[in-house]
Amino acid sequence: MGVPAGAAAYMDAATAVPLHPVAAEALVAALADGWADPSRLYAASRRAQQLSEAARAAFAEALAVRVDEVSLWSSGTQAAQAAVLGGLAGRRRRGDTLVHSAIEHSAVLHAAAKGQAVEVGVDRLGRLDLAAWDAAVHRDGVALASLISASHEVGTVQPVAAAADYCAEAGVPLHVDAAQSIGRHPVPPGWSMLSASAHKWGGPPGVGVLVVRKGVRWISPYPQDDLYRPGATGALDLPAVVAAAASLRAVLAEAQAEAVRLSALVDRIRERVAATVPDVEVVGDPADRLPHLVTFSCLYVDGEALLHALDREGFAVSSGSSCTASTLRPSHVLEAMGVLSHGNVRVSLHRGTTSDEVDRFLSVLPGIIEGIRKEAGM
Amino acid sequence: MITLDCRGQMCPLPVIALAKQIRHVGIGEKIRVLADDPAAANDIPAWCRMKEQEYLGSPEKHAFDVRKIS
Repeated sequence: MGVPAGAAAYMDAATAVPLHPVAAEALVAALADGWADPSRLYAASRRAQQLSEAARAAFAEALAVRVDEVSLWSSGTQAAQAAVLGGLAGRRRRGDTLVHSAIEHSAVLHAAAKGQAVEVGVDRLGRLDLAAWDAAVHRDGVALASLISASHEVGTVQPVAAAADYCAEAGVPLHVDAAQSIGRHPVPPGWSMLSASAHKWGGPPGVGVLVVRKGVRWISPYPQDDLYRPGATGALDLPAVVAAAASLRAVLAEAQAEAVRLSALVDRIRERVAATVPDVEVVGDPADRLPHLVTFSCLYVDGEALLHALDREGFAVSSGSSCTASTLRPSHVLEAMGVLSHGNVRVSLHRGTTSDEVDRFLSVLPGIIEGIRKEAGM
Repeated sequence: MITLDCRGQMCPLPVIALAKQIRHVGIGEKIRVLADDPAAANDIPAWCRMKEQEYLGSPEKHAFDVRKIS
């Protein structure tokens, strides 16, 4: 594609956040000190064991849970799927059905497709239909419920506390997929399991965290080792785990200030896009949303052409349009909301995003869209 | 009723064809869009909502009816 016309501006934090400086530092240190297998009886192994324990303790503190409730996986996807499959396995005698929202991440949907599932819809803003959720979790044979904390595609925060209350009433454990929220936005209590992904808060890729609260029945869906502790089979990437734990602590320390700063930039994008681009739909809840993420759809615009044009200007964004998906299907989230799926752009910001980058994005966007529409004869 | 055969076309081409055609029909007239792109079932009703036209539903697979009301 050649060299971008402008300075590169990465705006796809919902896919992956650039490595936090604290993570980079911790990663280098842990590569030197944490390469050994932590389960052996020599000094290098003991150092690795200490690093592993310190990382688990840091996760427990950051997430306000007990250390033995934390398990580590090789990705957020793997953690979410372990929650769903292990939660279903643990409640096999009570039922076989998973209740989930229509806007879950595909990681959860793929796990749901392994068995019986009931899907609960959302409204035009992408918010869970709580009455339907209440009815669904009270059905016979429901073993587990799974809800995303906030939409990874449109940013709408889900009513987790109310959904958890209905689950408690029905005696159904709730898994919350908090990949987009951890480090950015508080997740209310009441859940039985919570999964997250270090890649989404500025840690390295390849680290997923799963919390299973005490008293929740969870049975590994995978072959287990002789330690009987939840977790990925095989050796963990300990340096990455250490970096993930260190960066989560750093990210949480600056989370409130960053949320205020990024939320103001998202408000600017929401307002300017609606004002400067004709025939555009800015989707998701304008107020009750993640601080860093905004999605809009432009009529008559090919999403793939739009992403390439933005890339040529130096902007990295993603899209829920079907022409940009490997499946050639539109985003299931946009479909569930009933909003336009073509010409879709998701912009998600991070601690490196500047006000100038956002302004430059807003200055080039209307012309790019006008050009694509002209080519299509609109 | 006018029928637009957009089968085989990918998004957003069926919606573009609909938007171009609707300029040439009178208020109250109907257009049927034939489209097999998986986004059409979502995007044609969404277009109707955004452009204040009436979506009449899908009488059969890959067919979508729209009435011009504005």
